[in-house]
This record gives sequence, structure tokens and C-alpha cells, in this order.
Amino acid sequence: MCCRGCQAVAQSIVDNGLEAYYQSRTAMPASGQEVLPDEIKKLALYDHPDIQRSFVINAGENAKEAVLILEGITCAACVWLNERHIRQLEGVIGVEVNYGSHRARVAWDERKINLSTILQEIQLLGYNAHPYNAHQADKIRKTKHKKDLQRVAIAGIASAQVMMLSVGLYAGGWYGMTTDIMELLRWFSMMLTIPVATFAAMPFYRSAWSGIKSGHLNMDVPVALAIITAFLGSVWVTVFGGAHVYYDTIGMFTLFLLATRLLETGAREKSVEAAENLLKLQPAMAMRVKDGQQSYVPVLELVKYDLILVKSGEAIAADGVVVDGESTADESLLTGESRAIPKGLGSSVIAGSVNLDSPLIVKVTGVGEDTVLAGIVRLVDKAQAEKPKIAQLADRVAAWFTWALLAFALVVGIIWLLVDQTRAFEIVLSVLVVTCPCALSLAVPAALAAAGSHLIKRGILVLRGHALETLAQVTHVVFDKTGTLTVGRPEIVDIQALADISAEECLKLAASLEQTSEHPLARAFTHKVDRAELYAVMSAVNAAGRGIAGNIAGVGYTIGNQAYASVSQAFDVNGLNLTSEHVTLVWLCDSTRVLAVFALADALRADAKVAVEQLQSRGIAVSMLSGDAPQTVAYVARQLGIVDYLAQQQPQDKFDQLKRLQAQGAVVAMVGDGVNDAPVLSGAQVSFAMGTGTDVASQSSDIVLLSSKLGDVVVALDMGKNALVVMRQNLFWAAAYNLTALPFAAMGYVSPWVAALGMSLSSLIVVVNALRLK
Amino acid sequence: MTTSTLVFLLTMTVIFIFFMVLGIFWAIRSGQFDDMDGPAQRILMDEDDPMLPSNQTEVEAAPTKLR
Repeated sequence: MCCRGCQAVAQSIVDNGLEAYYQSRTAMPASGQEVLPDEIKKLALYDHPDIQRSFVINAGENAKEAVLILEGITCAACVWLNERHIRQLEGVIGVEVNYGSHRARVAWDERKINLSTILQEIQLLGYNAHPYNAHQADKIRKTKHKKDLQRVAIAGIASAQVMMLSVGLYAGGWYGMTTDIMELLRWFSMMLTIPVATFAAMPFYRSAWSGIKSGHLNMDVPVALAIITAFLGSVWVTVFGGAHVYYDTIGMFTLFLLATRLLETGAREKSVEAAENLLKLQPAMAMRVKDGQQSYVPVLELVKYDLILVKSGEAIAADGVVVDGESTADESLLTGESRAIPKGLGSSVIAGSVNLDSPLIVKVTGVGEDTVLAGIVRLVDKAQAEKPKIAQLADRVAAWFTWALLAFALVVGIIWLLVDQTRAFEIVLSVLVVTCPCALSLAVPAALAAAGSHLIKRGILVLRGHALETLAQVTHVVFDKTGTLTVGRPEIVDIQALADISAEECLKLAASLEQTSEHPLARAFTHKVDRAELYAVMSAVNAAGRGIAGNIAGVGYTIGNQAYASVSQAFDVNGLNLTSEHVTLVWLCDSTRVLAVFALADALRADAKVAVEQLQSRGIAVSMLSGDAPQTVAYVARQLGIVDYLAQQQPQDKFDQLKRLQAQGAVVAMVGDGVNDAPVLSGAQVSFAMGTGTDVASQSSDIVLLSSKLGDVVVALDMGKNALVVMRQNLFWAAAYNLTALPFAAMGYVSPWVAALGMSLSSLIVVVNALRLK
Repeated sequence: MTTSTLVFLLTMTVIFIFFMVLGIFWAIRSGQFDDMDGPAQRILMDEDDPMLPSNQTEVEAAPTKLR
């Protein structure tokens, strides 16, 4: 066992008789965690009726139902473990986990169990659960998906039957059959095709109609036109007699198109769902101090000049001014700089920043729309509207192809009217059917679906359809520093033992002292050491912004910055073998001497250097924009080999810099993680957000890197290039097929079954070609 | 003669198709297509898994057939 959390996980697994988990799991889950008392208090907020209103449904008397998002699911065994464990809880009526979307629908009896207890139990297993607000967009998507499935079902069932009847018709055409039987088969084919041509093909009509209305012809115009003409023509032939009916073609055509589009939207929606799972529905509560009373109230109820108490480790709920207390705050969401900024009486704090050391009483000066954070979000909306869009390849092709096709059919019709009036209608029809731009309209969606589903397996979510096409044309990649190129939190990079105690022992002492603190620097220590090996600390004193003092086994130790270290003699830090340049030094002392110096720095991501090199070797310019101090940025840039970098960039500066690059004709891909990156992420032609980043960042980006690996940027770029190649091949092939078949059809040489075969074959080739994408 | 046979058979087909469509629409509405990966996994991890302690005695009693 690596920590008490893991132990708890294993214990609760074994206690509940769920050992099979260890047999069935195929991947290691995210590490388990200890549930801190503070965490439990926060979970308890989910029981508040005001908070619950947004995500809990009343499913009957005393029965409640909610959708939870499970974090940390890595394989089916995790899902099974959660499902089994929750179901065993007293008071849980039902639980159902969706393997695809990692969402659990839980129903419980509110007299017997609280939602917070369920969440806590999940946390004990080592997973995180947070309620999901099944909002409007999700419901619309669900109903649309069901409708699409129904259309495919109708098209599939009906066209299979029509195909059978068509075999009869073709055989009859070959060997001869009596007119009454032929008519019978045609009438039944027509009856079966009616639901296909009306209900199943409806999306094509709608899309075509909106295309015609907006004056921008899309691929669905010829599709709709082909279905309508083929259907009306066949009905005409059925009623009044004629040579051929095309019911089989209509059925197969509709089925093919619907199925491919279903696959494509399926792949994209999976990405959207996974991205939505990143959005946490956190209870927006604040501790309000009024007339000496403290109470939790929803943030919405806060007004200007209210006093709020912000505990250490909590996010500050509103913009305000400190009226009591002294602490430091992490304002990295605004500046990108993960540094503790001292806050004392009269300093202003911003909503969303995290109070690090000790409690603060804050007088509210701005809430909701008036906060600095809301200002950034407005900037995001503005950037989104101004986003330069690279026109979509397929749409451009579709527009001229549609015009050409319609014009050609018209010309052929007129010529045949002059030559042989009786065959004119048939020939025009066969021109439209044989050139049915089936392959052409499948060319792009098939490639997008294949590329998208391959990327999602690697943890790369493509949220917006245009992203893949744009990726192929990227000339510049701009990185944010903190949290993107670096891990975003300080880590111990070097330890120097200065007395007779070994470095490991010093680390253990330091971690033991630091376990009493919530400070980000403290976490760097406690992560390095097995919790079970920590010493008990007596009478720990936390001096805000300076350090910690405490007793271990009767000896007094202090840990903190140089000023806090009880050092009377000067120490030559330059003599230390410190491997990084920009570091924070932490000193561990006992009552008389310095025991060790720890160097902490925001470490680079393991694959940052490789990713930058790979990008540069592909001829893509790499630059870095950071909110951090110049020396730090320069140091990171030097390590990674980035020549073009700017430091101390506010969100607006970053956005202006991006505009300058774009004005020079660069196609920019932006990679970022923080709120301060959000406007640039929206403004770039294509953007990546780190999965570990903030909600605002992942919402404003086109692609989310779930695993937060920078190498995935390169993978996505390559995939974009390959996808574009495949799209071009597909479009070329489809256009070539259609153009070759056209003259033969125009001259009346193509019989219907040849047309149907050619159509299916050309679509098949397009789909198979798309599946090559890997 | 052949015509009336065909009419009968084709009418049967239409009736069958009607029920097929009803069936699949019901399946779609009741959410059977919402989770495409789950059922395949769920069947592998059954409640009577021999690794569960409640099923342990039976495993000891029965000779090991694996390997």
C-alpha cells in the first residue's frame, strides 16, 4: 500500500466482497484518496435544498434521483466496483452506470441516506463523483440521437424488404414476368419506400431547404433532389407504367447516408459528453458573516458590502477587499503565475482566486457580472465571435458541384426532349441517380468519424468539427507556460542536506511538518513521502506566508523561507548544487542549525521538450506567452529551445499578440489551461486545452487533451494532416466516379442495377479509405 | 392463382415489418441503445463470480477446472 487512501480503498473493496475487481481490472485507476474532514463538509453542501434544486429530480415520495459524473474511471472494473458498492448502500433504490459516458444515474430514499453520504462512499473507493446538471442541450441531443436511430431502423428494415422485391423485379426483367405481378411488386415496393422517403430522409430535406433559403447550396441539396426525383419518378412509373423503378436505390442510398452520419455524430458527441464531464457543478456557496453570525449562503444572494469569511484552501467567492486577517492568495487564474501573493488589510482579492494560508474576512465589492472573472468570460465570448474560420473544404466543393450537376441534368433533359421525348424523363432521372453524390457527401464525414474515434481512444477530444481540417494548415503553435508546458505546481527538484541527518530523513521531517498546511508548497513535500511513514507532530504553529514550527519526538523543528529559518550564520546558497535556476528555497532547521535546504520549482512536463522539438522538426513555429515574470519565462524557454517568447502577458495582451500573428497570415494553434488563456483559446484558429485545466479553458477550446500529454498535440496535428489527405482523396475519387458515370448515363447506357451497384461501390471505397486513418 | 399467393405473402411481410418497427422503436425509446459498451462488459462480471467470498465455498468444493 502506498498510502492510507489506497489502504482504505483495498479495505473497502475486500470488506464488501468485491475482490473480483482485482481480477477484472485492465488498467490502474487514479490513486485513491483520503477523505479529509473539510472535504466531507463541502460534500455536505450538496444536501442543501437550494443547491439540489439544480440537479435533483423528485422521483416519487421521498425518492430522489440525480445524475453523477464519476471521475477516475479507467476501465470496466471501475464501473462495476462503483455500481456494486453504491447498490449495496442502505437507502439506495437504484444505480446505473453508463460505461461510455461515465455517468451514473442514482436514485435514493432521502429518509435513509443523504446524497453526500453516497458521494463520500464513492470517494472512499478512490473515485470522485460530482453531480451533473442534465441541462437542455443534453436533453435535445438525447432525443435527437433516438430520432436518428429510428430513422436508420426504418431505412434499414424497409430497404432490406425493397431489395428482396427488387431482386424479383430484376429477375422478371431478365426472364420475363406478367405485367400484373410486376405491378404488384412495384406497388408493394412503393408502400415500403414511403416511410423511407418521408420520415427517414427528413434530415436531408431540412438541411437542403435551409441551404437553399440561405442561398448557400450544400451537399444535401443534390441528395434531397435525388431522393425526391427518384421517388416521384418511380411513383409516376408505378401508377402510369414505364421501364424502371428506383425504390431499391432510394432505400440503400438513404440507409448508407444516415448510418455514416450517425457514426460521425456519435464520435463527436462522445467527445462533447466527455468534455461536459470535465465541467464540475460545484456548489457556489460562501460563508457570510452578518451580525456576528456565520452562515453558508448561495453566492447569488451576496450583495455589495457583505462580509464573507474565506477559509484557507477555499476559493474566494466574490471580488472584494480584505478587512481582517493576513494570508496569501493564488491568483494564477488571472496571471497564469502560480505564486502566493501576500494579502493583508486593505488588499483587494479577486473572485475565483484561492486563499492559501489563513482565514480572511473580505468585504464584497463585486459579485456575478461585476467580477474580474466575468470580464474575462466576456472577452471569451467576444473572441469566439471574431474567430477566423477557414472555409470548409467539402462545402466549397459541394457548392460548385451542385450547380454543375443541376445544370447538366437540365441540359441533358432539354436535348433528350428534342431527340426522343418518350425517354427524356427516364434519362434525366438516371443522370440524377447515377451521379447521386453519395460518395461525395460521405467523403468528409467518414474521414472525420474515423479520425475522431481514433483520437478519442488516445484521450484527445475533438469538440468542434472544423478543428481537424484546420489542424492540417497550422503554421504556429503558441503555448502557455504555467500548467501547460510545466506541471503548474511546485515540485521538489533538489535536496541539500547540510548537517549529519540524511537527505531522506530530512524530507520525512519536512513532510511531517508540512502535512499540517494546505499551502501549495506543502503539497510538494507530502506527495513525495509515504503517508504511513510520517512522524506525529506536536504543537504545530503555522506562520502565514513564512513557515511552520513544530515538535517531533521532543525536538523542535522549523521549516519555511530564509527569514523564518532560525539561522544566525549566513549560508552560501551559491555553493549548493541546485540544478534549476528559478527556484523557491525552503529551509529546514532545528533549534540550533540548518538541517537541509529544499529547492522547489514548477517542473516541466516530462514530454514538453520532445513535443516542442517534434513541432519544430515539422516546420511549425513554436512560441510561448506567459503571465509569469521574465526570468522564469526565459529560463523555461531556454530549456525547451523556444526562441520566441513573451512574459508578463495579461489575457488582453495575449489576445493582441495572437491578432498580430494572425495579421501576418499565420494559422495559429493555441495550447493553454487557465482562465487567463481562455480569450486566446477562443481567438486562435484551432485551440487545445489541457484536461487538468479550468472549465472556462476547455469550453473555449476546440480540442481537449484529457491525458494532458503535450505529445498529443503532435499526434493531433499529424492526424489532421492525414485526415485532410484522406478527405482530398475521397473527394477526388467521388468526383471522378461521378464525372465518368455521367456521360454514359446521359447517353442512356446505364441500367438501374448498374447505377445502384456503382453508387454502393463508390461509397464503400470512400468509407474503407477513411478507415485507413490511424 | 400466383398473384393471390403473392398478395397474401406480401401483406404478411408488411404486417411483420410493422411489428418489427414497433419493437425496435420501443427498444430505442426505453434506452436500450444508450450504452453500447456496458452490456458486453457487464456479462463478464457476474454476481456469482467465484472470487466473491460468498461464493468461495463452492469453489473449494468443486475441483479446479481451470488450467
